[in-house]
Amino acid sequence: MAHATATDHMETSTGIDNRKLLMWLFLASDCLLFGSFIAAYLLYRGRSVVGPYPEDLFDIPFTSVSAFILLMSSVTMVLALAAIQRGNVRNMRIWIFTTAVLGTLFIGGQVFEFTEFNHEGLSLSTNLFGTTFFVLTGFHGAHVTVGVLILMSLFVVSMRGGIQQKDSLAVELAGLYWHFVDIVWIVIFTLVYLIQP
Amino acid sequence: MTLADYRKKRGEPLIREDADDAHDDKHPSAMEYVQIGVILAIITAVEVALYYIDMDFTLLVTLLCMLSVVKFSMVVLWFMHLKFDATLFTVLFSSGMALTFAVFAVIIAVQRGSLT
Repeated sequence: MAHATATDHMETSTGIDNRKLLMWLFLASDCLLFGSFIAAYLLYRGRSVVGPYPEDLFDIPFTSVSAFILLMSSVTMVLALAAIQRGNVRNMRIWIFTTAVLGTLFIGGQVFEFTEFNHEGLSLSTNLFGTTFFVLTGFHGAHVTVGVLILMSLFVVSMRGGIQQKDSLAVELAGLYWHFVDIVWIVIFTLVYLIQP
Repeated sequence: MTLADYRKKRGEPLIREDADDAHDDKHPSAMEYVQIGVILAIITAVEVALYYIDMDFTLLVTLLCMLSVVKFSMVVLWFMHLKFDATLFTVLFSSGMALTFAVFAVIIAVQRGSLT
């Protein structure tokens, strides 16, 4: 039986692949989730009555490196997609794996940061800063973790020969999700870390 | 009648060309992606440098927000291919963003006491 080619599509009422449409719908709804968490953080910023406060804890050089790592993982992700769309499965595997490693490094940095903050006396229930900060960055970290799991799954499937040029949509969908967690961090990095009244 | 039926009846292609992944020639090359990555890294470095420069807070916030919007847009337009993909994706994502900004606006209004 002949395999479908990259240009074959299912017939849909919109003329657009439903899986890609669903991913964009999910991302649009996820904007609201993170928008609400960021808004809650901004609303309660500076209203904690007990410490520790952000200015006591934030390590901007460390977080800048984390932000840089996640940003660069977006570059490696898009290179993975470019590789598979050109039929270069080997390069796609390399870039997917690199992206997963960079994502893992970012999560490791976040775990380190959370642990440091906890040692300094900040927990989810210490003050308004602790609650809003941990919920916002924790949810983002959970998204990155899911992204790393998706990437590792793609890597394993591709090692078994399950991903060819015709399956580039799977890499594209994983990429859309990954870039989304990156743009969320772009906003968090600026509004939460760099802008401190 | 679905859109697909309508297109069949009119003899139009079932898949819109702008939604077709096969149109890779419209997408940037690997080198262009790397160049965009370098620009993003430089903007991040500028953001961090601004944090350490002693300046008016309003100016700092304005500059940081502008740089953040530029980074956000570059990732969405080029890395997520919104610039090259179907317009429907742009509409969907923009709707989500618009609702998010609406939430922000309401919260800022509440914070300033104008909606209490």
